[in-house]
Amino acid sequence: MARKLLLTHIDVPGIQTFDVYRQKGGYRAVEKALKTLTPDEVVEEVKASGLRGRGGAGFPTGMKWSFLAKPEGVPRYLVCNADESEPGTFKDRYLMTHIPHALIEGMIVSSYALGANTSYIYVRGEMMPQIRILERAIAEAKNAGFLGKDILGTGYNLELYVQPGGGAYICGEETALLESLEGKRGNPRIKPPFPAVSGLYNCPTVVNNVESIAATVPIINDGGAEYAKIGVGRSTGTKLISAGGNVNKPGVYEIELGVPVEEFIYSDEYCGGIANGKRLKAVVAGGSSVPILPANLILKTLNGEPRLMTYESLADGGFQSGTMLGSGGFIAFDEDQCIVRNTWNFSRFYHHESCGQCSPCREGTGWLEKVLHNIEYGHGSSSDIDLLVNVAKNIEGNTICPLGDAAAWPVASAIRHFRDEFEWHVSHGQEAQHRNYGLAHYADPLEPVA
Amino acid sequence: MADRGNDMAEDVKLKVTIDGIPVEVAPGTTIMNAARQIGGDVVPPAMCYYSKLEGSGGKCRTCLVKVSKGSEKDPRPMPKLVASCRTTVMDGMEVQNITSPEVLEARKGVVEFLLINHPLDCPICDQAGECHLQDLSYQHGLADTRYEFERRTFDKIDIGDKIQLHMTRCILCYRCVMVADQLTPQRVHGVLGRGDAAEISTYIKKAVDNEFSGNMIDVCPVGALTDKTFRFKNRVWFTKPVEAHRDCPTCSGKVTLWYKGEEVLRVTARKDTYGEAEEFICNTCRFDKKATADWVIEGPRKVKRTSVISANHYEQFNPPPVVKKNLALQEANKEQLERTERLLP
Repeated sequence: MARKLLLTHIDVPGIQTFDVYRQKGGYRAVEKALKTLTPDEVVEEVKASGLRGRGGAGFPTGMKWSFLAKPEGVPRYLVCNADESEPGTFKDRYLMTHIPHALIEGMIVSSYALGANTSYIYVRGEMMPQIRILERAIAEAKNAGFLGKDILGTGYNLELYVQPGGGAYICGEETALLESLEGKRGNPRIKPPFPAVSGLYNCPTVVNNVESIAATVPIINDGGAEYAKIGVGRSTGTKLISAGGNVNKPGVYEIELGVPVEEFIYSDEYCGGIANGKRLKAVVAGGSSVPILPANLILKTLNGEPRLMTYESLADGGFQSGTMLGSGGFIAFDEDQCIVRNTWNFSRFYHHESCGQCSPCREGTGWLEKVLHNIEYGHGSSSDIDLLVNVAKNIEGNTICPLGDAAAWPVASAIRHFRDEFEWHVSHGQEAQHRNYGLAHYADPLEPVA
Repeated sequence: MADRGNDMAEDVKLKVTIDGIPVEVAPGTTIMNAARQIGGDVVPPAMCYYSKLEGSGGKCRTCLVKVSKGSEKDPRPMPKLVASCRTTVMDGMEVQNITSPEVLEARKGVVEFLLINHPLDCPICDQAGECHLQDLSYQHGLADTRYEFERRTFDKIDIGDKIQLHMTRCILCYRCVMVADQLTPQRVHGVLGRGDAAEISTYIKKAVDNEFSGNMIDVCPVGALTDKTFRFKNRVWFTKPVEAHRDCPTCSGKVTLWYKGEEVLRVTARKDTYGEAEEFICNTCRFDKKATADWVIEGPRKVKRTSVISANHYEQFNPPPVVKKNLALQEANKEQLERTERLLP
């Protein structure tokens, strides 16, 4: 049984409440950090842990914290990004629903490390139940003296607020989130300056994912060095993976980074194999934004090594034959699924969620969606496929924020790996309306593990 | 503002090379403004950046350039193309604009994106002839389109009796939003909706009628915001720009009058090489003072020789000598002369 750090007590009844959470060893990290460590020592522990941002980009959290500008007389802010809206990702919602105090505790520790006296949790607008849960948890923590003025008699003050978003995917981009938090239109800012220098209300700000912040709790409890022992290479610790699609047991799993992808899909401890005895066709490993990979490439790298659930192993081979760990939204497709339809569906999402600020994304996402719609519904032509590749290339890297890249990558990768399926959709437009292309040559070549 | 330089640090100069041309600029200068100091072909096109509006730029992505050397201290190239209007120079930076095929390719892509939903109704658009998007697509665009879908349209809204809004032509540069933010006490219009449904609009059909709102027309790079008092009156290339001023209590009063014959058809701010207003003017000057008697005439406004505006009206119609000897040519010439006389003031 793999080690669990975040979801250890997930099955304990009443773990949502402060009392049960406290009985199970909760808020030890706050006591330890505030009473025995200086803020810089907390940052050092997080640096030593090798924790990388769990929101998608995988940037080392400790390093991000150390970039925070600290001018005299200017407040600093910690903002928790709980605007989880990536298709396929639902780990933060799970964590906030079931163990809200893990996030609150992490927020206190992290705010202390950064010297922030006001911190915000920006929650996606659709997650009203989670917002209520968090607000109740904050009230409980405040009653117990873990929030507010002079926490535990250490002289440290912290106010924690929950801010519901307006329901836009783009507000998960950190600068758009800050704009939205300030009450403005959620348009990403043009960087530089980065939030670490000029963020919320033009003050130095750190924006971290829910899971990253919650992960500081075990890091402080056990020490950064202990946390760094879990995992492989620069991918340390545990990660929540939200498994979905055609697997036997969809859900949120906490894995030690370094679990082979094959084990994750087929082992009974995790997804339990592909549902209905079908075969695996493709996997989107880290939320809809990352490149889709066919079964043969997700299980093994191009060099024939087994692919592991780590930042490095999943990215092995670059975008030619690799993908990204991203936010951990693991979507498996079985042999009956249509890649063209899925790509169109993703494109439709990005078209809908583009903020419209910069031209490549505003115009390009809609164009991709319309061309893919044509192909999916049998009105495509063979030149459309190259057009898609070209339009995706023109969007990628030329936009203000990564949403443009996120819209371009799934399309480019789907065509890279499943071009014959797209071509079949064009040449057999009518047939494609009632039958799927199936598995073809990228069939899962491996026997399922026991 | 960045382009004006910093008086305090006047002695500190950063050396930056753009397309192989070195230039020394004050710290805080953007790549765009460094290129404008050089001038000529190396200046990236700008559809949303406006040097007189704080915070503008970064949105249209036509000014993307490649930074092949970050600085003297850190010579690594930047991983992506950067928006030259929002990236400040570092000492020793090397920038490629028109010498980089990658940049030209990306720019072509951006121009295509700007055009796919543009109605291309230039023949009936009042902006034609002084439209930045027209110039941009002429320089960088493709001859035909790869976009086969219906172009985006919007419900028409009336934003007042002075300014005509054509949302279909808008490229969402946000310049007019910044004019309202920075020149008027209260902004009543803005961008509503998101993605390709984003549009310039007012709250519940409120009219935009501030004393400086007319500058929205001048900053608009396309024909999305045009002057209702000039609407369908004439093509800009048939009118003569003349510099004039008046003693205006609200603004500088320095304007360009656009004449057709004796008549002042329109009044605008004076625009520089990059199409930017030199000084913003008030609505009284722009909309209400349309008689020569209101103004002190300074003389003709110089227009770039390449501009379509200068094509028609400064030279008299003089038939070349060869025509005088050939009867057939004389006949054709007479027809041409009649047509020209009809069109010219």
